[in-house]
Amino acid sequence: MTTLRVIDFMGQRKLAAIISILLVLGSLVSLSVKGIVLGLDFTGGTQIEVGYPQPADLSVIRAQLTESGFENPTVIYFGSESDVLIRLQGEPAAGLSDEVFAALKNNTDSEIEMRRVDYVGPQVGDELREDGGLGMLAALAVVMLYVAIRFQYKFSIGAVVALVHDVVITLGFFSIMGLEFDLTVLAAVLAVIGYSLNDTIVVFDRIRENFRLLRMADAKEVINESLTQSLQRTLITSLTTIFVLVALFIFGGELIHNFAIALIVGVVIGTYSSIYVAANTLMALRMTRENLLPPEVKEGEEFDGLP
Amino acid sequence: MNRYPLWKYLLILFVVSLGVVYALPNLYVPDPAVQVSGQSSATVVDQQLLDQMERALKDEGIEYFGAESTGESALIRLKERDQQLPAKRVIQRALGFDYVVALNLAPTTPDWLAALGAQPMKLGLDLSGGVHFLLEVNVDEVVGKRMESSVREIRGAMREQKLRYHTVKLEEGTIVSKFRTEEERDEANQILRRDFRDLTAQLSTEGGLYTIRSTMSDSAIREVEDYALNQNLVTLRNRVNELGVSEPIVQRQGRNRVMVELPGVQDTAEAKRIIGKTANLEFRLEAEEQNVVTAEKFEFLNDKSRFPDAWLERTVVITGDHVSNASASFDENGFPQVNITLDSDGGARMHRVSRKNIDRRLGVLFIEYKTRTIYTTNEKGEQVATSERYVEKKIISLATIRSALGKTFRITGLDNPRESSELALLLRAGGLAAPMYFVEERTIGPSLGAENIALGVKSVTIGMVMVLLFMLVYYRVFGIFANVALALNLVIMVAAMSLLGATLTLPGIAGIVLTVGMAVDANVLIFSRIREELANGLPPQSAINAGYDRAFVSILDANLTTLIVAVILYAVGSGPVQGFAVTLSIGILTSMFTAILGTRALVNLVYGGRTINKVWI
Repeated sequence: MTTLRVIDFMGQRKLAAIISILLVLGSLVSLSVKGIVLGLDFTGGTQIEVGYPQPADLSVIRAQLTESGFENPTVIYFGSESDVLIRLQGEPAAGLSDEVFAALKNNTDSEIEMRRVDYVGPQVGDELREDGGLGMLAALAVVMLYVAIRFQYKFSIGAVVALVHDVVITLGFFSIMGLEFDLTVLAAVLAVIGYSLNDTIVVFDRIRENFRLLRMADAKEVINESLTQSLQRTLITSLTTIFVLVALFIFGGELIHNFAIALIVGVVIGTYSSIYVAANTLMALRMTRENLLPPEVKEGEEFDGLP
Repeated sequence: MNRYPLWKYLLILFVVSLGVVYALPNLYVPDPAVQVSGQSSATVVDQQLLDQMERALKDEGIEYFGAESTGESALIRLKERDQQLPAKRVIQRALGFDYVVALNLAPTTPDWLAALGAQPMKLGLDLSGGVHFLLEVNVDEVVGKRMESSVREIRGAMREQKLRYHTVKLEEGTIVSKFRTEEERDEANQILRRDFRDLTAQLSTEGGLYTIRSTMSDSAIREVEDYALNQNLVTLRNRVNELGVSEPIVQRQGRNRVMVELPGVQDTAEAKRIIGKTANLEFRLEAEEQNVVTAEKFEFLNDKSRFPDAWLERTVVITGDHVSNASASFDENGFPQVNITLDSDGGARMHRVSRKNIDRRLGVLFIEYKTRTIYTTNEKGEQVATSERYVEKKIISLATIRSALGKTFRITGLDNPRESSELALLLRAGGLAAPMYFVEERTIGPSLGAENIALGVKSVTIGMVMVLLFMLVYYRVFGIFANVALALNLVIMVAAMSLLGATLTLPGIAGIVLTVGMAVDANVLIFSRIREELANGLPPQSAINAGYDRAFVSILDANLTTLIVAVILYAVGSGPVQGFAVTLSIGILTSMFTAILGTRALVNLVYGGRTINKVWI
């Protein structure tokens, strides 16, 4: 075996920065113009999943519900054609699900089954939304603090920029694709924060080690060297994680479909960002070897400004 | 080089065997069962009753294979899952409505495992099926009511002191009292300060009148809220018990919410009716003559054998709305008693009636609006279940009035502390608590729950197999080490979750899957470090050592930060998010153990202490 050939990651840093900025801007535009489809957990309302023994006719169900006095029911297939998800708009009431089920049962000969009912009052939805946002902010703040203490503040800025990048793009993906954002997806996004951070920290760890070890003046070289060394690990870990996520996506069932999608997108973006966003930010912040030395060796800084 | 001291191997062996033991109960499939317990704590479930149940089941030809009784409840194991409902029906009919018959899944954990405290993981509602309710208690209304009664009490107190007030009324949560002269106001202020300590007063002059604006202090409001919520919790627990659910959860959540989880309940309409129903109390004097025009006959709620039915007057002295508290305690001679506190209105009425009726007996009726299921046979010979609503009024106390009663009085002559605490509980349950309404409901059908388990297991298996294969191909011998560690990680994770009593949910399974993917990360870090060191020309033994040493810091940093995120997730999240956070945190901790210590032990065992020229990595 030979020593790894150093890949010039940072040579493409401008291009990568442009791509990242475009992706983030695109996500933000979509989020503000198109918005994100919030699930029942956050909007409040009633949804009922009904199982039919044979493929169900949605228009018939819709007609049955409208006849029984339910206004504008949303009726869609859920997972398969014999599974129907019914959503009711307007001010939700707690007893609604039983009435809906009764209305459907009276209008059909087949043995239908009430598979799932979710009723979320509007105030609970509001709270969950607030808690979710708060959770994300709290996670970012604590992580930033931890990295600042454990590494250095430039690293913590790099980590948080990467995290915000990942979260915004994952949310943007949901917005652009019109996928529903519910509590499980929120959990997935928070897990993306955890995963992407994990990745970034490993890369940072290598950069820190190399800044101390390699007596090279050029930050770009050190970062390239570190990224090359950790590339194998970054890719393999992402790969194994994606394996299981794909398994979850294909076999995990309809209920965690969006959860798996959010994580897959997040892991891919997170892998990219730990290389091109986190390290890139370090470059932009002019990370130097002196930043990592103990404070008493401060004299070194005088030479910083020299060409 | 690369040798572990014996104690490290033993430690790992110890942890792994602990993991295996505590994960094991999850492999035993639980038996479908029916659980029987008494409606009230006084009812005993004994062998005789058990025999009665077994006879009933035999008559109907329902197969069962185990019947055990703990004195408080009995468990009958059935052969088939679809026999649960028929068995419940048969037993309920045989025993009558004094017993609660619930469907249950009886664990089949072997005795030696159970003796070690090993238990299977609890399944969340999304896996077991059932109902989750979130109820909000309207505490504002309770506080409002409290203020209204304070207004009445203030007026009463001033009249008693012959103090002339202009007006005393409630204005947007503030009691405004107006007086014509300053002296009157000052005197009133003194009364307020002395007798109404919950209120804080502000003095002013408005429209030529001397005014006191009183509001309830924050701590007093908090106290009222707490009280109302606790009272509702007690009431809810009683009602849930009536539903016949094997492991219900009734829990306070936040300032004004109560969470109710009923695993296995399918009839949500019924559950909602019972949970949302109201109980009430009526205090009535014992009738002097048994005349159906002026009196009614009632039976006692408990111990029908000890007390004959009693006749009570039709006139109601006060209702439960006026009961503000009831608690069990002991009198000066150490006998159990129940202290009752009424609101001022109720106190006044009680005083008026009781002082004229000393030495007569005062009865307390407990009123419940109930539903029962009636089984009838229709013309086709099928059993049909219909539910019927009815009002049940039963006597919970009949005691002699010894002297004029007031706002507070006590009921003595109770036999034992259990009786007094049960009476206090009933009095509180019947007293009007704060109104509640449903703010969240989630129902998962039993087939969907079973499906979710199957899907979860399937995706964990497939994901795991893919990771195992990949690691084996990519890292060869070291891949085997990592795979053993990964398998152990899964076992220890399951064991830790079972031991901590964590609830497994669908997002929890997703958390396990994700941990499986991420758990190899530590090994990937170590192994690629070893590869690098080998490439740098280090001899194999030193490369292994350096690989583990250098990767450790990265692993620690990376896992600690992820753990922080998981903890935050748990703190701010609810339900599904928390389930996910729990598995993720446990997974991070266990994977650090297996991936670092576990693989190192294997590596040392295989390669340690000898000269090697080549490692397969």
